[in-house]
Amino acid sequence: MKDWRYWLAEQRGTLLAFGIFIVMFAIYSGNHPAGFTANVVQTAANKGVLLAFVAMAQTLVVITAGIDLSVGMIFTLTNCMASWLVIGTGLETAFGVLAVLGTGLLCGAVNGAIVIYGRLQPIVATIATGAVFFGLALLLRPVPGGSVNEDLADFLTGRFFGVVPASLVALLVIVLVVWVPFSRSEFGRAAYAAGSSETAAYMSGVPIRRGKFLAYTLAGLLAAIGGLFLTFFTYTGEAAYASGNAYTLFSIAAVVLGGVSLFGGKGSAIGAIFGALAFRTIGDLLFVFDFDPLWQPLFQGVILLIAVSLGAFALFRVRNRLEWFL
Amino acid sequence: MDGAAPLFRMEGISKRYGGVRALEKADLTVTAGGIHAILGENGAGKSTLIKIMAGVVAPDEGTMTLDGREVSFASPAAANQAGIVCIFQELSLIPELSVADNIVISDPPKRIGMIDRKAQRRIAEEALARAGASDIHPCALVKDLPLSRRQMVEIAKALARKPRILILDEATSALTAADVAKVFEVLKRLRSEGLALLYISHRMNEIAELADHCTVFRNGRNVASYPAGSKSDNEVVELMIGREYSHIFPPKLGPNAAATTVLEARNLSWADRLDNISLSVRAGEVVGLGGLDGQGQRELLLAFFGVLRGLSGEILIDGKPVSISSPTAASHGRIGMALIPEDRKTEGLMLPMTVRENLSFAALDRLSKGGIIDRASEQRLIDDMVGLLAIKTAGLDIPVGALSGGNQQKVVIAKWLMRQPRIILLNDPTRGIDVGTKQEIYQLMRKLADAGAAILFYSTDYDELIGCCDRVLVLYDGAVKRELVGAEITEHALIASALNIHGEGAGPRQGVGA
Repeated sequence: MKDWRYWLAEQRGTLLAFGIFIVMFAIYSGNHPAGFTANVVQTAANKGVLLAFVAMAQTLVVITAGIDLSVGMIFTLTNCMASWLVIGTGLETAFGVLAVLGTGLLCGAVNGAIVIYGRLQPIVATIATGAVFFGLALLLRPVPGGSVNEDLADFLTGRFFGVVPASLVALLVIVLVVWVPFSRSEFGRAAYAAGSSETAAYMSGVPIRRGKFLAYTLAGLLAAIGGLFLTFFTYTGEAAYASGNAYTLFSIAAVVLGGVSLFGGKGSAIGAIFGALAFRTIGDLLFVFDFDPLWQPLFQGVILLIAVSLGAFALFRVRNRLEWFL
Repeated sequence: MDGAAPLFRMEGISKRYGGVRALEKADLTVTAGGIHAILGENGAGKSTLIKIMAGVVAPDEGTMTLDGREVSFASPAAANQAGIVCIFQELSLIPELSVADNIVISDPPKRIGMIDRKAQRRIAEEALARAGASDIHPCALVKDLPLSRRQMVEIAKALARKPRILILDEATSALTAADVAKVFEVLKRLRSEGLALLYISHRMNEIAELADHCTVFRNGRNVASYPAGSKSDNEVVELMIGREYSHIFPPKLGPNAAATTVLEARNLSWADRLDNISLSVRAGEVVGLGGLDGQGQRELLLAFFGVLRGLSGEILIDGKPVSISSPTAASHGRIGMALIPEDRKTEGLMLPMTVRENLSFAALDRLSKGGIIDRASEQRLIDDMVGLLAIKTAGLDIPVGALSGGNQQKVVIAKWLMRQPRIILLNDPTRGIDVGTKQEIYQLMRKLADAGAAILFYSTDYDELIGCCDRVLVLYDGAVKRELVGAEITEHALIASALNIHGEGAGPRQGVGA
């Protein structure tokens, strides 16, 4: 009867992110010299999905009330690996893809093990592992280079039926294969429960540790998928420190834009995806308006501040000041 | 049920927390198809006993047998598996998840590895109906529900696990009268279905109505076990209190009509939690706040302390209306108010910081000159406080979290005394601390009052209210229902007015079928 209201309340963050994205993208494509064409959409999609994958990875960890500052470095490391391995015959390429994804899983599992079983703070643990992952990336690619199976790369970064960007389809498939089962599984729920109230979850006999471990591990996998796509777009591997860190920080921004609570227990990867796409579009707005690119970081920061402030309006309704700190 | 083999038995269970003995060689026998009431004061060991049964803490010694076989539970999940489910006093619901998610949380229905939402919805609706709470929507988020509804969800959640032994720890304390009636029907039905129920409550009339068997705990031991109805209320209270208890309170001086009124409230209302409260506290007076837990006492103290927004009514200090906008405003200047909070771990102390730093926090403005803390005067004041309260600490520079509960509480009190407050609000300051420290706190309170402080004191312990207060205001549902003065403050009067038995000729439990 009133079910849809509850659904709406639950999806509010995601819908808000979707709204922001639509508005931003309308402004973007409306002012783009080429207009709303398959080409413009494809380019935007290819740039957007990279951050979307990393933001999904971040979401999984943030839901458990943790944070993963190594996602950008897993992304970089897997990019460097892919530039060595995802090449050659079909079979060799397939093996390479599996190895890259396996590395991502392993990186995530290491993070999870340290945070959960080592009981370290996620923020410090992942700064440290992030540095390790970057170190490995640097060993693999001291200088940019390498190559990738171009047939596969072109297939996954091109268009289906001449209109649908293949990267968006890939994103959708990953959502269906990774996010949907996770969020609906017992462990996914355990991850939410642990993020919302770990004591209550423990008292209720929820498998907290396995839920959190799975969240960290899948985060590694999603970051690796991002790294794989980066290789498909650039055809090379590069251990770029600044870019890895930027992806980490942007993924946190995208997650917040997407309505995921940094306090844990609330939000969805779908929201984070729209957050990422919106964030990317904001970054590109300047180009269609012909401003000096020097303005980009400043402009992006201001828009981001405005967007995240939307979520703070609820504080005006708080009547017990102690609730400000909850 | 006589002659039935016990379903569950605990023998010689002991548990210590640090230096404090919570349970000492406690025994308990539970039979199927019965409601077993556990009585005892706060801190008598009931909660520890239950936590051991439910797998939350492990006993230091002793054995537990279920169906004649020895068992031990490594976690709440293990206890649940064995059929022991507990409804805890502190809610175990997850705020950001929906009611249905919470009800099935420990064992969600699954289809091809994923949670089956339709089945989950069905289970939740059934469980809510069984608990008599079908008015709660399964999709609502727990954090949006009021406390009494959450408590019903908690009960539904326990029932969904199909327990053999169901433990209710003060499970009705936050419920409305209508809900209590429903819950009682449910509990009686469960008993007839052959469940074993353990019922913990401070409400004697609830126990009289429900229980088949009672066990009384005192100071970590079970002191008596008897069939319900075989002892009078007075005998039970004596068992709970023990005789030595009444001597620990300092003498009261009696009313001093000449003292001026320091703190006054006129028609305070806030949201739906405070309802038109008027009261006054004179210098040198200890005024108690009584009533069941969660009837607005905490909110009232927060209202005085400037924490609540949108408060209506008036607060007067020394007869002059003031508007207090924050704790800083409340504690500064001529108001001079201090609030000893209920939860010292979150609202009173910064646990990892040192004793010295914690003691100075509330008085930093008085201790500093030009923004720099004057170490010498800080040290002087701290020495005074440590001496006055006899705080036992290995040094001023160790983390306050390393102190025992009683000494931590002394630090919280001392921290506010550093400001020499004229108005002291205490929110259940003796919860979870040992009897010796309690006694010191009672004496300190009286000493401060004699020195001219106005004290407003909320306690969940009736004996404290009787022993410490010159007057007691009993709150019910956010309103002052009764004022007890001097000799009127008795356990009977406190309980009767806490249950609002005198109001409108009906108790909150009217209509509960036998």
